[in-house]
Amino acid sequence: MSDIYIEKGNFIPGVIERLMGRYRVHGPVKNGRFHEFSLLKNAAEADLGFQNTRLSPKEIFHPQAERMFEFSLAKDDPQAGILKEADKDFSPRVVLGIRPCDAKAFQLDDANFITETIKDPWWARRREAATMIGLACDSPCPTCFCTSMGSGPYDTAGLDVLLVDTGDGYVAEVLSERGENTLLVTSGWSSVSSSVRASLADKKKAAERSIAGTFDPAAIAKREMLELYNSPIWEEVQFACINCGTCTFVCPTCWCFDIQEEVYEDKGERLRMWDSCMFPLFTLHGSGHNPRNQKTQRVRQRFMHKLKYYQDKYNSGPACVGCGRCVQACPVNIDIRQVGRQMASPDCACPA
Amino acid sequence: MQVYSEKIREAAKRLLSEKRVDAVIGFRRGTVPFMNEPFLAKTPEQADQFVWDGNCGINLANYLPKMTGNIAIAAKGCDSRSIVIHLLENQIKREQLYVLGIPCQAMTDKAKIQEKLNGRQILQAEDMGGTVRVSGRDFEQTFERADFLQQNCAICTHRNPVIYDELLGEPVKEQEIDRYEDIRKIESMLSEEKRLYFDDLIKPCIRCYACRNACPACYCPTCFVDESKPQWMGKTTDPTDTRTFHFLRAFHVAGRCTDCGSCERSCPVGIKMRMFTKKLEKEVKELYGYEAGVIQDQRPPLDTYRPDDPEPFLG
Repeated sequence: MSDIYIEKGNFIPGVIERLMGRYRVHGPVKNGRFHEFSLLKNAAEADLGFQNTRLSPKEIFHPQAERMFEFSLAKDDPQAGILKEADKDFSPRVVLGIRPCDAKAFQLDDANFITETIKDPWWARRREAATMIGLACDSPCPTCFCTSMGSGPYDTAGLDVLLVDTGDGYVAEVLSERGENTLLVTSGWSSVSSSVRASLADKKKAAERSIAGTFDPAAIAKREMLELYNSPIWEEVQFACINCGTCTFVCPTCWCFDIQEEVYEDKGERLRMWDSCMFPLFTLHGSGHNPRNQKTQRVRQRFMHKLKYYQDKYNSGPACVGCGRCVQACPVNIDIRQVGRQMASPDCACPA
Repeated sequence: MQVYSEKIREAAKRLLSEKRVDAVIGFRRGTVPFMNEPFLAKTPEQADQFVWDGNCGINLANYLPKMTGNIAIAAKGCDSRSIVIHLLENQIKREQLYVLGIPCQAMTDKAKIQEKLNGRQILQAEDMGGTVRVSGRDFEQTFERADFLQQNCAICTHRNPVIYDELLGEPVKEQEIDRYEDIRKIESMLSEEKRLYFDDLIKPCIRCYACRNACPACYCPTCFVDESKPQWMGKTTDPTDTRTFHFLRAFHVAGRCTDCGSCERSCPVGIKMRMFTKKLEKEVKELYGYEAGVIQDQRPPLDTYRPDDPEPFLG
């Protein structure tokens, strides 16, 4: 695969408009105080000068409320009570300007939705329909810690193309055949000049250097699971938590959902919706028993799942990419970097 | 304001070492600018971590319901009013509590400061009392705190705690201020304009319930949104469901909300849901002359009947 260069004036609106002619294009748009990934209505809406979006772009693959099936309850309908798949859009799409941490996150989520034996059809089809055009981070947030989580500001994992902002233009590192094919509909590209090429490695290093180190997930993987589960740290970590769903809803690797039915008159829908392990209802059994009815248990679950169970189960790194959204959004300043440090160190009864 | 940090530590250490209380609720230094973390100290050594500055906006009374043992709590004006509400609603016993009253000098609104910085990232923020000094990779700037207060603090008329066992500073001057200028603007709108205004207000809601969970008045064992047998309302982000959540939540805290602003402070998407609660606060004040949590020895108007209750709706 190759590297190509384009001037910014040719990228917005030119390239984006061409892409929009062929694909649904999701890009970062400023909405009020925050940026969010939106289906672009016009090329000028896209704001590639963003830091990161307040919510992760997981909505593109895992909608907050997805209509799975619909059914009729009409007495005279011979099809009554039979689930029919609701219409969904799997047309080709481009996720433009996604940050490397988020692209990596969806790779981690794939481990849950796409297994050898079971495949979530809607997640898989949306993933297959998407070309991921990433945008490298040159000014990471103070809350970013991707480099400690096995990713980085120029990470290419899960991407088809990585754009690097060189000031006047973008260098596109084409990483896959899909990326190459997607860019075929666009024009205005040229080869990368030697001076620009020479600057890329330094830019990458500078970006990586600007991200502070935090905890080592490998040290958590090595710890004995029950010892960590029964650790006294949870008592202190959990106190401030108010058990809202903010951390899980802003997180790109929180994939849990709930399935419910809604009926209006004689028509109904089966829906799946983002759920949160922070909510007491998440584990409430039909019997009324709740195996995680204490806040401590729920708080522990979130960190253990991301930083310990996922590593153990998949023999991989953690289910966290260090995007820092939960650190920014938590109303009571529970900081996964501090919790990770405490989990990584057996002797650490250290205050945050 | 930092003088309070030292006074809270001193009082907490004393109360814990004399075994007067089992634990003390306060704040400790946060890990990101403009944030402190609610913290429970159980030993005199832990009490060294307590801090107090303009980033203590979360209402600590929220942690009290169902707590056992004797608890000391650092309480600014609005926290103290929420404690009174808890006492009136039997969520905690007065004899369990030792209130460390903090005459409040208002909390800082980090979003307002962030807006002034045009996207530049704050690495450090130092609260100097009257001013806040923020710095980032290549800048340093000082702001007058008075211009960047949480809106509920800017219009607060009960900065001094209404209940305390120990006051940790001289009372501050209370403001004489019109609390309802923005509410009257909405009242004067046509109903269609109101509908659009409120739809727009709650449009970004992701139903994370941070506003509900940060609220000391929201302590129901099962919230109406979590009722599942039968289910009361939909869980999607359908506008009707989101509207129902916000409207009902506001009505549920009517006459109980102390306008501490924890809901807005907690919202990850910046929704100004106090526009609902403040309207109801205004109604209760106009109908009953009542302010939530200010009077300790009288049942709140909305949980009792009096023959002379106003009944303007009977016209």
